Amino acid sequence: MCDDIVVVLADGDIAQAEHACELGQRWFFDLPAADAAACMINGQPADVAAGIERAAQLLARARYPLVYGMRHASCEAQQVAASLADWLGACIDTPTSLHHGPWGVSFQGVGEVTSSLGEVANRGDLLIFWGVDPVTTHPRHFERYSVFPTGMFLPRGRADRTVVVVDIERTPSADEADLFLEVTPGRDFEALWTLRALIAGHQPEAEQVLADTGLPLSVWQDLVERMKSARFGVMFFGTGLALTRGRHLNTEALLAVVRDMNAHTRFVAKSMRASGNVAGADNVLAWRTGYAFAVNLARGFPRFNPGEYTASEILTRGEADAVLLVGCDLDEDLTPAARQDLASVPHIVICHRPTAEATGAAVAFQTSVPGIHTGGTAYRMDEIPLPLRPTLDSPLPSELVILQQIERRVRELQAAGDAAP
Amino acid sequence: MSSSLTKITGGTVYDPTNGVNGQVRDIWIEGAKIVAAPTDPAVRPARTIDARGMVVMPGGIDMHCHIAGPKVNVARRMRPEEKREAAPVLRTRSTHSGTMGSVPSTFATGYKYAGMGYTTAFDAAIPPLAARHVHAEFADTPCLDKGFYVVVGNNHYLMQAIRDQEPERVRAFLGWVLSATKGYAPKMVNPGGVEVWKQQQAGNVSGLDSVVEHFDVTPREIIRGITRAAYELGLPHPVHLHCNNLGMPGNWSTTLETMKTLSEFGGHLTHIQFHSYGGSDGDESTFGSEVAQLAAYINEHPNLTVDVGQVLFGPTTSMTGDGPLGYYLSNVYGTKWFSAEIEMEAGCGIAPIEYKQKSVINALQWAIGLEWYLLVEDPWRVVMSTDHPNGGSFLAYPQIIRLLMDRTYRRDVMKTLPPRVRERSTLWDLEREYTLAEICIITRSGPARILGLTNKGHLAPGADADVTIYTPDANVQTMFELPRFVIHAGRIIAEQGDLREPGFGKTLHVEPDYDRDGETDIARWFETYNSIRFRNYPVGEEYLAEHELVACQRR
Repeated sequence: MCDDIVVVLADGDIAQAEHACELGQRWFFDLPAADAAACMINGQPADVAAGIERAAQLLARARYPLVYGMRHASCEAQQVAASLADWLGACIDTPTSLHHGPWGVSFQGVGEVTSSLGEVANRGDLLIFWGVDPVTTHPRHFERYSVFPTGMFLPRGRADRTVVVVDIERTPSADEADLFLEVTPGRDFEALWTLRALIAGHQPEAEQVLADTGLPLSVWQDLVERMKSARFGVMFFGTGLALTRGRHLNTEALLAVVRDMNAHTRFVAKSMRASGNVAGADNVLAWRTGYAFAVNLARGFPRFNPGEYTASEILTRGEADAVLLVGCDLDEDLTPAARQDLASVPHIVICHRPTAEATGAAVAFQTSVPGIHTGGTAYRMDEIPLPLRPTLDSPLPSELVILQQIERRVRELQAAGDAAP
Repeated sequence: MSSSLTKITGGTVYDPTNGVNGQVRDIWIEGAKIVAAPTDPAVRPARTIDARGMVVMPGGIDMHCHIAGPKVNVARRMRPEEKREAAPVLRTRSTHSGTMGSVPSTFATGYKYAGMGYTTAFDAAIPPLAARHVHAEFADTPCLDKGFYVVVGNNHYLMQAIRDQEPERVRAFLGWVLSATKGYAPKMVNPGGVEVWKQQQAGNVSGLDSVVEHFDVTPREIIRGITRAAYELGLPHPVHLHCNNLGMPGNWSTTLETMKTLSEFGGHLTHIQFHSYGGSDGDESTFGSEVAQLAAYINEHPNLTVDVGQVLFGPTTSMTGDGPLGYYLSNVYGTKWFSAEIEMEAGCGIAPIEYKQKSVINALQWAIGLEWYLLVEDPWRVVMSTDHPNGGSFLAYPQIIRLLMDRTYRRDVMKTLPPRVRERSTLWDLEREYTLAEICIITRSGPARILGLTNKGHLAPGADADVTIYTPDANVQTMFELPRFVIHAGRIIAEQGDLREPGFGKTLHVEPDYDRDGETDIARWFETYNSIRFRNYPVGEEYLAEHELVACQRR
């Protein structure tokens, strides 16, 4: 998330989004149609008030409600969603479960040595990008935070930094690197464990290393030399690690490598979070429940269990009997199987994109867009909270207002005894 | 004649600020304030709370705890294992659920403080860049009036301005950053040391005159520069200092030097227990208490105050803005470790730790904390804290009260500790027992005065109607664990451990008068080095719900 975009308006519309990358351009220009129906019930346009009533009834009477998503929601809306989930005794989960969840789990095992992005810009003289291709996924990352900025301790900018890309194939990011290391697919764990061995002063067998990682021992020895001679090393990593063979073991290995490196020099790890405000949802859920995702409130208090209380698994096991989806990218945020199973569960969609038809929602609210039509807070990938500044008005209600109204109505139904026990 | 008044009648009142120490008095409340008794005897209260035979005190004030912000929230995420062991907070018709362990979730935090009779708490270490996050967490932390201290002791701009001997720039930045974050007081955490930690492996400063490379400034200069600026801005709580060398054997000499530096303008030294150690680095057997001489210095310097940072036995989570300390502790315990550097201003370290009764070091830490309470003569200048959760949970306060009021109990606990504790601390020989009035001072009236909160910590007309009513018990721990009534802002929020109508409390913050022209220079610096835009740094009014601006007196 970039906080330096300048939006130019003309005739009440966005004419230009200066500094925005291709992804940003899409965000600013792919807006809901001005005449979009704010609410649909069973595919038919309806009053928002009727939609609130129907949604509240569905949720309040459900025995196993699921609240999911919040990628495209302000933290303020996420707070309401979490509050609602508590009153309902629901499961609440976010796309972390499908993307960076393995990192979240390994973090609970070993912790993490990390920093804000400004520290990388000012101090990071060795940048290692592992299983992540920012040129494609985070197009302005190199320019703003990592590879190119001149920093307090790096006055020559790019020339003062060494950039390494480790991946299973050559990526656009690799083309910008000083060093590209192509690892055998599915062998990140072995590669990272080789690094740990070398950092600790062990001598792994060369043949074994080559067989395990696809690269000769000398390449890894060279990398460790560079790491130990850096003043402030950074390892960026992404779903290339978290979602491939080994999953949380891969991210745990990387976090352990970075921790180990702090016995030699300063080193930090940085997870490259996906777009939207998922990092915000991690934080909101954590402060309200103690857990960042995969939270079940059915017993009257928060419990955590990835795999059991994560949305895609709940849906594919056919457990939920009502689902509230808030600000999701359905194609990315549910597994194909879960998307299919969603169709057979009564569900409510609150989103600025028209997804109702695609999923056959019982109730669908099309909302204004946080950050374009409404304010609030969103977290950057390094967990720095930033204010959203609206630039346009919208006739559509915000996701925050819809959630507040549903919560209010659910509380009334519960007080009247018109809800599941 | 009916009214909107509440009357607490017949209670034994402790209000040491106003010279009331255990007399039977009535307390009248209207709205969120204490008011004078109506002069017209025909006026009846709308509600009467019968406090006959009970003890009435102002609501408790925790002036140093870690209850919100990024490091607290990371610690919640990092420690699922302890939540399985602790009884959770259950949802009710009107209250939210939560999780416990050493780092409770936000609602659980507010409810547990309220259940114990506390109505105000200050988070002790917030990087300015995270201020927005803290205000959002505060909005989900019920039952408490809240504020936070803004970490400034390793801030690049301040270090540069201090090096360049430009006190007006120091003052302008301090005024600006407190206003921009809607914070309450400046906090220094290991001044200079965190920056050195960012620059080199296991880096830290070793004492007050170590030079911080690149910035060419020493901890002594940082402390003096910031303390002076805070004094000139006339802040209600001028400066809150976590000294260098926390936890290190032999650190008492650094602490004494720090006290001397601080005494020029005055200030508060926090979790002083962790800074009062004798001995030398290489030899664990030399570790011991040096409280006697440090407390003597405090006793002689009325412009210095301390909170203790009492250690309790058991597992907890260490969380600190002192990055190198986090690294040190994670190596000592071999546990998981979180560390985060925050650009231009701060660091952070988190690690699970355990204080063991069998450990000579841990047992001495426990004794050293208690020595502090007992050796500072003036209770107005020593405050109860566990540095929650670093020394232990805030839920241990009633136990600490018993240790202070009952020397037989204190000695019984000491008998279970390694014998060397008696040789290396003076605790066994200390006869002092706290009175209820003194407990009232170190848990509410004193912290209110040190924080410059004229409406808190007492029960005279005009004060905030934060009142705790206790049922006396032979065991004071029992008495303080379960108040009969807890009133916050005029509303009963807890009754014998059950929550009634908890509100969310207000945010306490300051906006000192500073030279606004200084912002041009700050903005130029900011845009050069920070990864967010200057305009996005200040926290807007929309992040505050109910709030109170506490006045500054510019000097």
